[in-house]
Amino acid sequence: MIDLGIVEENLPAFAEGLRITLILLVISCAAGFVLSVPLAMARASRRPWVWGPVWLFTYVIRGTPLLVQLFILYYGLAQFPWIRESAAWTLLRSPWFCAWAAFTLNTTAYTTEIFAGAIRAAPAGEIEAARAMGMGEWAMFWRIFWPGAWRRALPQYGNEVVMMMHATALASTVTIVELLRVARDVYTNYLVVAESFGTVALFYMALTFLLTRLFKALERRYLRHLDPRASQGEPRVA
Amino acid sequence: MFHGYLPMILAGLGVTLGVSATSLAIASVFGLAGAIAKLSDNAVLRAIANAYTTVIRALPDLLLMLIVFYGGQILINRIADARGWGYIDIDPFLAGTLTLGFIFGAYLTETFRGAILAVPRGQIEAAEACGMARGTVVARILLPQMIRHAIPGFTNNWLVMLKATALVSIIGLDDMVHRAGLAAAATREPFTFYAVIGAIYLAVTTVSIIVLRGVEARFSRGVRRAEAA
Repeated sequence: MIDLGIVEENLPAFAEGLRITLILLVISCAAGFVLSVPLAMARASRRPWVWGPVWLFTYVIRGTPLLVQLFILYYGLAQFPWIRESAAWTLLRSPWFCAWAAFTLNTTAYTTEIFAGAIRAAPAGEIEAARAMGMGEWAMFWRIFWPGAWRRALPQYGNEVVMMMHATALASTVTIVELLRVARDVYTNYLVVAESFGTVALFYMALTFLLTRLFKALERRYLRHLDPRASQGEPRVA
Repeated sequence: MFHGYLPMILAGLGVTLGVSATSLAIASVFGLAGAIAKLSDNAVLRAIANAYTTVIRALPDLLLMLIVFYGGQILINRIADARGWGYIDIDPFLAGTLTLGFIFGAYLTETFRGAILAVPRGQIEAAEACGMARGTVVARILLPQMIRHAIPGFTNNWLVMLKATALVSIIGLDDMVHRAGLAAAATREPFTFYAVIGAIYLAVTTVSIIVLRGVEARFSRGVRRAEAA
Protein backbone atom coordinates (compact mmCIF):
# COMPACT_ATOMS: atom_id res chain seq x y z
CA MET A 1 0.00 0.00 0.00
CA ILE A 2 2.27 2.75 1.27
CA ASP A 3 5.70 2.61 -0.29
CA LEU A 4 8.05 3.53 2.55
CA GLY A 5 10.94 3.39 0.08
CA ILE A 6 9.70 6.60 -1.55
CA VAL A 7 9.43 8.29 1.85
CA GLU A 8 12.90 7.16 2.84
CA GLU A 9 14.46 8.20 -0.43
CA ASN A 10 13.00 11.69 -0.07
CA LEU A 11 13.62 12.07 3.63
CA PRO A 12 16.46 14.59 3.15
CA ALA A 13 14.12 16.71 1.00
CA PHE A 14 11.36 16.53 3.63
CA ALA A 15 13.86 17.48 6.35
CA GLU A 16 15.04 20.46 4.30
CA GLY A 17 11.40 21.47 3.75
CA LEU A 18 10.81 21.30 7.48
CA ARG A 19 13.82 23.54 8.06
CA ILE A 20 12.50 26.13 5.58
CA THR A 21 9.02 26.01 7.10
CA LEU A 22 10.49 26.59 10.56
CA ILE A 23 12.67 29.47 9.37
CA LEU A 24 9.65 31.12 7.71
CA LEU A 25 7.62 30.69 10.89
CA VAL A 26 10.31 32.03 13.21
CA ILE A 27 11.27 35.10 11.17
CA SER A 28 7.63 36.03 10.54
CA CYS A 29 6.48 35.56 14.13
CA ALA A 30 9.53 37.33 15.56
CA ALA A 31 9.04 40.38 13.33
CA GLY A 32 5.28 40.26 13.92
CA PHE A 33 5.72 40.21 17.68
CA VAL A 34 8.14 43.13 17.73
CA LEU A 35 5.82 45.23 15.53
CA SER A 36 2.61 44.24 17.33
CA VAL A 37 3.49 45.52 20.79
CA PRO A 38 3.83 49.21 19.85
CA LEU A 39 0.95 48.92 17.36
CA ALA A 40 -1.28 47.39 20.04
CA MET A 41 -0.30 50.24 22.34
CA ALA A 42 -1.47 52.68 19.65
CA ARG A 43 -4.58 50.63 18.86
CA ALA A 44 -5.68 50.74 22.50
CA SER A 45 -5.18 54.50 22.68
CA ARG A 46 -8.15 56.84 23.24
CA ARG A 47 -7.04 59.32 20.60
CA PRO A 48 -8.70 58.66 17.22
CA TRP A 49 -5.69 59.87 15.18
CA VAL A 50 -3.56 57.33 17.03
CA TRP A 51 -5.83 54.29 16.92
CA GLY A 52 -7.45 55.15 13.56
CA PRO A 53 -4.54 54.35 11.23
CA VAL A 54 -3.74 51.14 13.14
CA TRP A 55 -7.39 50.10 12.94
CA LEU A 56 -7.38 50.71 9.17
CA PHE A 57 -4.22 48.62 8.78
CA THR A 58 -5.56 45.64 10.73
CA TYR A 59 -8.98 45.92 9.04
CA VAL A 60 -7.54 45.83 5.53
CA ILE A 61 -5.10 43.01 6.27
CA ARG A 62 -7.62 40.93 8.17
CA GLY A 63 -10.27 41.48 5.50
CA THR A 64 -8.25 40.17 2.56
CA PRO A 65 -6.80 36.70 1.87
CA LEU A 66 -3.13 36.16 2.68
CA LEU A 67 -2.70 34.57 -0.76
CA VAL A 68 -3.79 37.82 -2.43
CA GLN A 69 -1.46 39.88 -0.21
CA LEU A 70 1.40 37.57 -1.13
CA PHE A 71 0.60 37.85 -4.86
CA ILE A 72 0.37 41.65 -4.65
CA LEU A 73 3.87 41.78 -3.19
CA TYR A 74 5.51 39.07 -5.27
CA TYR A 75 3.82 39.48 -8.67
CA GLY A 76 2.23 42.92 -8.28
CA LEU A 77 5.16 45.17 -7.47
CA ALA A 78 6.94 44.30 -10.72
CA GLN A 79 4.24 46.31 -12.53
CA PHE A 80 5.88 49.61 -11.61
CA PRO A 81 9.08 50.52 -13.48
CA TRP A 82 10.19 52.91 -10.72
CA ILE A 83 10.15 50.00 -8.25
CA ARG A 84 12.02 47.75 -10.65
CA GLU A 85 14.64 50.44 -11.16
CA SER A 86 15.00 51.27 -7.48
CA ALA A 87 17.71 49.94 -5.21
CA ALA A 88 15.11 48.01 -3.20
CA TRP A 89 14.32 45.80 -6.18
CA THR A 90 17.00 43.23 -5.34
CA LEU A 91 15.04 42.65 -2.13
CA LEU A 92 11.52 43.01 -3.52
CA ARG A 93 12.06 40.55 -6.37
CA SER A 94 13.07 37.80 -3.99
CA PRO A 95 10.31 35.31 -3.10
CA TRP A 96 11.82 35.00 0.37
CA PHE A 97 11.52 38.68 1.09
CA CYS A 98 7.96 38.86 -0.26
CA ALA A 99 6.83 35.80 1.70
CA TRP A 100 8.43 37.13 4.86
CA ALA A 101 6.88 40.58 4.34
CA ALA A 102 3.41 39.19 3.58
CA PHE A 103 3.48 36.78 6.54
CA THR A 104 4.79 39.47 8.87
CA LEU A 105 2.13 42.00 7.82
CA ASN A 106 -0.52 39.35 8.26
CA THR A 107 0.50 38.08 11.68
CA THR A 108 1.17 41.65 12.85
CA ALA A 109 -2.43 42.61 12.07
CA TYR A 110 -3.93 39.67 13.97
CA THR A 111 -1.48 39.88 16.87
CA THR A 112 -2.02 43.64 17.22
CA GLU A 113 -5.76 43.06 17.69
CA ILE A 114 -5.12 40.25 20.20
CA PHE A 115 -2.70 42.36 22.25
CA ALA A 116 -4.87 45.49 21.99
CA GLY A 117 -7.87 43.57 23.28
CA ALA A 118 -5.79 42.29 26.19
CA ILE A 119 -4.50 45.80 26.96
CA ARG A 120 -8.04 47.23 26.95
CA ALA A 121 -9.12 44.54 29.40
CA ALA A 122 -6.73 45.85 32.06
CA PRO A 123 -8.62 46.22 35.35
CA ALA A 124 -9.38 49.88 36.12
CA GLY A 125 -8.17 49.44 39.69
CA GLU A 126 -4.65 48.50 38.57
CA ILE A 127 -4.41 51.65 36.48
CA GLU A 128 -5.75 53.82 39.27
CA ALA A 129 -3.26 52.32 41.69
CA ALA A 130 -0.40 52.92 39.24
CA ARG A 131 -1.52 56.54 38.81
CA ALA A 132 -1.78 56.95 42.57
CA MET A 133 1.81 55.73 42.81
CA GLY A 134 2.77 58.54 40.44
CA MET A 135 3.90 56.31 37.56
CA GLY A 136 4.46 57.95 34.20
CA GLU A 137 2.83 56.67 30.99
CA TRP A 138 5.88 54.66 29.99
CA ALA A 139 6.42 52.97 33.35
CA MET A 140 2.70 52.28 33.57
CA PHE A 141 2.72 50.50 30.23
CA TRP A 142 5.73 48.29 30.89
CA ARG A 143 4.99 47.54 34.56
CA ILE A 144 1.19 47.40 34.62
CA PHE A 145 -0.47 47.16 31.20
CA TRP A 146 1.94 44.86 29.39
CA PRO A 147 2.61 42.13 31.98
CA GLY A 148 -1.13 41.65 32.48
CA ALA A 149 -1.98 41.97 28.80
CA TRP A 150 0.67 39.42 27.82
CA ARG A 151 -0.84 36.92 30.24
CA ARG A 152 -4.40 37.54 29.07
CA ALA A 153 -3.32 37.32 25.43
CA LEU A 154 -1.21 34.19 25.73
CA PRO A 155 -3.81 31.50 24.86
CA GLN A 156 -5.04 33.44 21.81
CA TYR A 157 -1.50 34.29 20.77
CA GLY A 158 -0.66 30.59 20.83
CA ASN A 159 -3.52 29.95 18.39
CA GLU A 160 -2.22 32.70 16.14
CA VAL A 161 1.26 31.14 16.02
CA VAL A 162 -0.22 27.76 15.04
CA MET A 163 -2.29 29.48 12.32
CA MET A 164 0.86 31.22 11.09
CA MET A 165 2.66 27.88 10.93
CA HIS A 166 -0.13 26.56 8.72
CA ALA A 167 -0.03 29.75 6.63
CA THR A 168 3.64 29.18 5.74
CA ALA A 169 2.32 26.49 3.34
CA LEU A 170 1.32 29.36 1.03
CA ALA A 171 5.01 30.11 0.45
CA SER A 172 4.92 27.08 -1.86
CA THR A 173 2.97 29.22 -4.37
CA VAL A 174 5.89 31.64 -4.78
CA THR A 175 8.59 29.02 -5.51
CA ILE A 176 9.85 28.58 -1.94
CA VAL A 177 10.59 24.91 -1.33
CA GLU A 178 9.08 24.43 2.11
CA LEU A 179 7.26 21.31 3.37
CA LEU A 180 4.22 21.54 1.12
CA ARG A 181 6.31 22.26 -1.99
CA VAL A 182 8.40 19.16 -1.22
CA ALA A 183 5.18 17.15 -0.97
CA ARG A 184 3.94 18.52 -4.29
CA ASP A 185 7.28 17.71 -5.95
CA VAL A 186 7.26 14.16 -4.58
CA TYR A 187 3.66 13.82 -5.77
CA THR A 188 4.58 15.01 -9.26
CA ASN A 189 7.51 12.59 -9.45
CA TYR A 190 5.78 9.45 -8.20
CA LEU A 191 2.02 10.23 -8.43
CA VAL A 192 1.41 8.95 -4.91
CA VAL A 193 -0.65 10.82 -2.32
CA ALA A 194 -0.02 9.04 0.99
CA GLU A 195 3.77 9.08 0.61
CA SER A 196 3.88 12.75 -0.40
CA PHE A 197 1.02 14.70 1.20
CA GLY A 198 0.52 12.07 3.91
CA THR A 199 4.14 12.40 5.06
CA VAL A 200 4.04 16.18 5.34
CA ALA A 201 0.67 15.91 7.10
CA LEU A 202 2.53 14.02 9.84
CA PHE A 203 5.18 16.75 9.93
CA TYR A 204 2.54 19.47 10.27
CA MET A 205 0.68 17.50 12.93
CA ALA A 206 3.88 17.04 14.93
CA LEU A 207 4.64 20.76 14.60
CA THR A 208 1.13 21.71 15.71
CA PHE A 209 1.43 19.36 18.67
CA LEU A 210 4.84 20.76 19.67
CA LEU A 211 3.67 24.37 19.39
CA THR A 212 0.57 23.59 21.45
CA ARG A 213 2.77 21.97 24.11
CA LEU A 214 5.14 24.94 24.08
CA PHE A 215 2.28 27.37 24.66
CA LYS A 216 0.76 25.15 27.34
CA ALA A 217 4.14 25.30 29.12
CA LEU A 218 4.26 29.09 28.72
CA GLU A 219 0.71 29.31 30.09
CA ARG A 220 1.73 27.20 33.07
CA ARG A 221 4.60 29.58 33.70
CA TYR A 222 2.76 32.86 33.18
CA LEU A 223 -0.74 31.90 34.31
CA ARG A 224 0.34 29.96 37.38
CA HIS A 225 -1.67 32.24 39.64
CA LEU A 226 -4.86 31.07 37.89
CA ASP A 227 -4.21 27.35 38.30
CA PRO A 228 -6.00 26.13 41.43
CA ARG A 229 -3.78 23.05 41.67
CA ALA A 230 -0.51 24.96 41.46
CA SER A 231 -1.30 26.95 44.61
CA GLN A 232 -2.42 23.93 46.60
CA GLY A 233 -0.32 23.17 49.63
CA GLU A 234 1.35 26.52 49.57
CA PRO A 235 1.06 28.46 52.79
CA ARG A 236 -1.85 30.84 52.80
CA VAL A 237 -1.49 34.32 54.15
CA ALA A 238 -4.39 35.62 56.27
CA MET B 1 -8.63 51.47 -16.55
CA PHE B 2 -9.11 47.72 -16.22
CA HIS B 3 -8.85 47.04 -19.96
CA GLY B 4 -12.39 45.65 -19.96
CA TYR B 5 -11.51 42.84 -17.56
CA LEU B 6 -13.75 44.07 -14.75
CA PRO B 7 -16.89 42.10 -15.83
CA MET B 8 -14.84 38.91 -15.99
CA ILE B 9 -13.44 39.51 -12.50
CA LEU B 10 -16.91 40.27 -11.14
CA ALA B 11 -18.19 37.02 -12.66
CA GLY B 12 -15.34 35.38 -10.72
CA LEU B 13 -16.79 36.95 -7.59
CA GLY B 14 -19.90 34.90 -8.33
CA VAL B 15 -17.77 31.74 -8.31
CA THR B 16 -16.05 32.81 -5.09
CA LEU B 17 -19.38 33.51 -3.38
CA GLY B 18 -20.84 30.26 -4.73
CA VAL B 19 -17.92 28.27 -3.35
CA SER B 20 -18.17 30.10 -0.01
CA ALA B 21 -21.93 29.62 0.37
CA THR B 22 -21.83 25.95 -0.66
CA SER B 23 -18.87 25.27 1.63
CA LEU B 24 -20.64 27.02 4.50
CA ALA B 25 -23.73 24.84 4.02
CA ILE B 26 -21.57 21.69 3.99
CA ALA B 27 -19.57 22.93 6.98
CA SER B 28 -22.75 23.59 8.95
CA VAL B 29 -23.89 20.00 8.38
CA PHE B 30 -20.48 18.62 9.46
CA GLY B 31 -20.41 21.06 12.35
CA LEU B 32 -23.85 20.15 13.68
CA ALA B 33 -23.16 16.43 13.29
CA GLY B 34 -19.79 16.89 15.03
CA ALA B 35 -21.31 18.88 17.88
CA ILE B 36 -24.05 16.32 18.42
CA ALA B 37 -21.48 13.50 18.31
CA LYS B 38 -19.24 15.29 20.81
CA LEU B 39 -22.16 15.73 23.23
CA SER B 40 -23.55 12.22 22.77
CA ASP B 41 -23.40 9.42 25.35
CA ASN B 42 -21.81 7.12 22.78
CA ALA B 43 -18.04 6.86 23.40
CA VAL B 44 -17.28 5.77 19.82
CA LEU B 45 -19.09 8.78 18.33
CA ARG B 46 -17.29 11.07 20.76
CA ALA B 47 -13.91 9.59 19.83
CA ILE B 48 -14.57 9.97 16.10
CA ALA B 49 -15.66 13.60 16.53
CA ASN B 50 -12.61 14.35 18.67
CA ALA B 51 -10.25 12.78 16.15
CA TYR B 52 -11.96 14.76 13.37
CA THR B 53 -11.57 18.16 15.03
CA THR B 54 -8.05 17.46 16.29
CA VAL B 55 -6.62 16.22 12.99
CA ILE B 56 -8.30 18.83 10.77
CA ARG B 57 -7.28 21.72 12.96
CA ALA B 58 -3.67 20.50 13.02
CA LEU B 59 -3.21 20.70 9.23
CA PRO B 60 -2.93 23.62 6.77
CA ASP B 61 -6.06 24.18 4.62
CA LEU B 62 -4.06 24.04 1.42
CA LEU B 63 -2.57 20.65 2.30
CA LEU B 64 -6.02 19.20 3.05
CA MET B 65 -7.34 20.59 -0.19
CA LEU B 66 -4.54 18.98 -2.21
CA ILE B 67 -5.04 15.67 -0.38
CA VAL B 68 -8.75 15.63 -1.22
CA PHE B 69 -8.18 16.82 -4.78
CA TYR B 70 -5.36 14.45 -5.77
CA GLY B 71 -6.26 11.64 -3.38
CA GLY B 72 -9.92 11.77 -4.42
CA GLN B 73 -8.86 11.75 -8.05
CA ILE B 74 -6.75 8.63 -7.62
CA LEU B 75 -9.34 6.89 -5.46
CA ILE B 76 -12.21 7.56 -7.87
CA ASN B 77 -10.20 6.41 -10.85
CA ARG B 78 -9.12 3.26 -9.08
CA ILE B 79 -12.78 2.48 -8.46
CA ALA B 80 -13.65 3.46 -12.02
CA ASP B 81 -10.87 1.23 -13.37
CA ALA B 82 -12.08 -1.73 -11.38
CA ARG B 83 -15.62 -1.26 -12.68
CA GLY B 84 -14.55 -0.35 -16.21
CA TRP B 85 -16.14 3.13 -16.21
CA GLY B 86 -13.21 4.82 -17.90
CA TYR B 87 -11.43 7.99 -16.78
CA ILE B 88 -13.35 10.32 -14.50
CA ASP B 89 -12.15 13.87 -13.93
CA ILE B 90 -12.78 15.16 -10.44
CA ASP B 91 -14.66 18.43 -10.48
CA PRO B 92 -12.59 21.16 -8.78
CA PHE B 93 -15.77 22.88 -7.55
CA LEU B 94 -16.85 19.69 -5.81
CA ALA B 95 -13.36 18.99 -4.44
CA GLY B 96 -12.98 22.60 -3.29
CA THR B 97 -16.35 22.95 -1.57
CA LEU B 98 -16.22 19.49 -0.01
CA THR B 99 -12.75 20.13 1.41
CA LEU B 100 -13.56 23.61 2.68
CA GLY B 101 -16.82 22.30 4.15
CA PHE B 102 -15.03 19.41 5.79
CA ILE B 103 -12.30 21.69 7.23
CA PHE B 104 -14.59 24.40 8.54
CA GLY B 105 -17.00 21.78 9.83
CA ALA B 106 -14.30 20.98 12.39
CA TYR B 107 -14.16 24.61 13.51
CA LEU B 108 -17.96 24.92 13.52
CA THR B 109 -18.20 21.75 15.62
CA GLU B 110 -16.61 23.67 18.48
CA THR B 111 -18.82 26.72 17.86
CA PHE B 112 -22.01 24.66 17.84
CA ARG B 113 -20.96 22.53 20.79
CA GLY B 114 -20.45 25.64 22.89
CA ALA B 115 -23.75 27.09 21.69
CA ILE B 116 -25.70 23.95 22.58
CA LEU B 117 -24.11 23.87 26.03
CA ALA B 118 -25.06 27.53 26.52
CA VAL B 119 -28.78 26.71 26.43
CA PRO B 120 -29.83 26.15 30.06
CA ARG B 121 -30.42 22.50 30.81
CA GLY B 122 -33.58 23.34 32.76
CA GLN B 123 -35.33 24.58 29.64
CA ILE B 124 -34.86 21.24 27.93
CA GLU B 125 -36.09 19.42 31.01
CA ALA B 126 -39.11 21.73 31.16
CA ALA B 127 -39.89 21.06 27.51
CA GLU B 128 -39.66 17.33 28.11
CA ALA B 129 -41.87 17.68 31.17
CA CYS B 130 -44.44 19.42 28.97
CA GLY B 131 -44.48 16.28 26.86
CA MET B 132 -42.69 17.68 23.79
CA ALA B 133 -41.20 15.13 21.43
CA ARG B 134 -37.42 15.13 20.92
CA GLY B 135 -37.63 16.83 17.53
CA THR B 136 -39.96 19.51 18.88
CA VAL B 137 -37.56 20.21 21.75
CA VAL B 138 -34.73 20.73 19.25
CA ALA B 139 -36.80 22.86 16.86
CA ARG B 140 -38.59 25.03 19.43
CA ILE B 141 -36.24 25.23 22.39
CA LEU B 142 -32.69 24.31 21.46
CA LEU B 143 -32.22 25.76 17.95
CA PRO B 144 -33.74 29.25 18.45
CA GLN B 145 -31.64 29.82 21.54
CA MET B 146 -28.40 28.23 20.39
CA ILE B 147 -28.37 30.36 17.23
CA ARG B 148 -27.80 33.46 19.32
CA HIS B 149 -24.78 31.89 20.99
CA ALA B 150 -23.48 30.43 17.73
CA ILE B 151 -23.58 33.67 15.71
CA PRO B 152 -20.29 35.25 16.84
CA GLY B 153 -18.35 32.03 16.14
CA PHE B 154 -20.30 31.50 12.94
CA THR B 155 -19.48 35.03 11.73
CA ASN B 156 -15.81 34.46 12.42
CA ASN B 157 -15.77 31.16 10.56
CA TRP B 158 -17.58 32.67 7.60
CA LEU B 159 -15.02 35.48 7.37
CA VAL B 160 -12.09 33.07 7.62
CA MET B 161 -13.67 30.74 5.07
CA LEU B 162 -14.41 33.52 2.61
CA LYS B 163 -10.69 34.25 2.54
CA ALA B 164 -9.78 30.56 2.43
CA THR B 165 -11.72 30.22 -0.84
CA ALA B 166 -8.82 32.06 -2.48
CA LEU B 167 -6.98 28.72 -2.22
CA VAL B 168 -9.37 26.97 -4.62
CA SER B 169 -7.63 28.84 -7.44
CA ILE B 170 -4.61 26.62 -6.74
CA ILE B 171 -6.55 23.44 -7.57
CA GLY B 172 -7.75 24.98 -10.80
CA LEU B 173 -11.11 26.50 -9.92
CA ASP B 174 -11.95 29.55 -12.00
CA ASP B 175 -12.56 31.89 -9.07
CA MET B 176 -11.77 35.57 -8.60
CA VAL B 177 -8.08 34.97 -7.77
CA HIS B 178 -7.59 32.76 -10.81
CA ARG B 179 -9.25 35.32 -13.09
CA ALA B 180 -7.17 38.13 -11.61
CA GLY B 181 -4.11 36.03 -12.49
CA LEU B 182 -5.31 35.67 -16.09
CA ALA B 183 -6.06 39.38 -16.41
CA ALA B 184 -2.70 40.21 -14.84
CA ALA B 185 -0.84 38.01 -17.31
CA ALA B 186 -2.70 39.44 -20.30
CA THR B 187 -2.29 43.09 -19.37
CA ARG B 188 1.03 42.90 -17.48
CA GLU B 189 -0.64 44.78 -14.65
CA PRO B 190 -0.62 42.27 -11.80
CA PHE B 191 -0.74 44.92 -9.07
CA THR B 192 -3.91 46.48 -10.45
CA PHE B 193 -5.85 43.23 -10.63
CA TYR B 194 -4.70 41.70 -7.35
CA ALA B 195 -5.44 45.02 -5.65
CA VAL B 196 -8.92 45.04 -7.24
CA ILE B 197 -9.80 41.61 -5.92
CA GLY B 198 -8.29 42.55 -2.56
CA ALA B 199 -10.72 45.48 -2.46
CA ILE B 200 -13.62 43.21 -3.47
CA TYR B 201 -12.78 40.75 -0.67
CA LEU B 202 -12.66 43.65 1.77
CA ALA B 203 -16.06 44.89 0.57
CA VAL B 204 -17.62 41.42 0.95
CA THR B 205 -16.11 41.12 4.44
CA THR B 206 -17.52 44.52 5.41
CA VAL B 207 -21.01 43.70 4.13
CA SER B 208 -20.90 40.32 5.90
CA ILE B 209 -20.00 41.92 9.21
CA ILE B 210 -22.85 44.44 8.93
CA VAL B 211 -25.43 41.82 7.93
CA LEU B 212 -24.42 39.30 10.61
CA ARG B 213 -24.45 42.04 13.24
CA GLY B 214 -28.08 42.67 12.25
CA VAL B 215 -28.86 38.96 12.51
CA GLU B 216 -27.26 38.81 15.93
CA ALA B 217 -29.30 41.81 17.10
CA ARG B 218 -32.47 40.14 15.86
CA PHE B 219 -31.78 36.90 17.71
CA SER B 220 -30.77 38.79 20.83
CA ARG B 221 -34.09 40.63 21.22
CA GLY B 222 -35.35 39.82 24.65
CA VAL B 223 -31.84 39.55 26.08
CA ARG B 224 -30.94 42.34 28.43
CA ARG B 225 -27.40 43.60 28.02
CA ALA B 226 -25.35 44.64 31.01
CA GLU B 227 -24.92 48.40 31.10
CA ALA B 228 -21.43 49.42 30.08
CA ALA B 229 -19.59 50.82 33.05
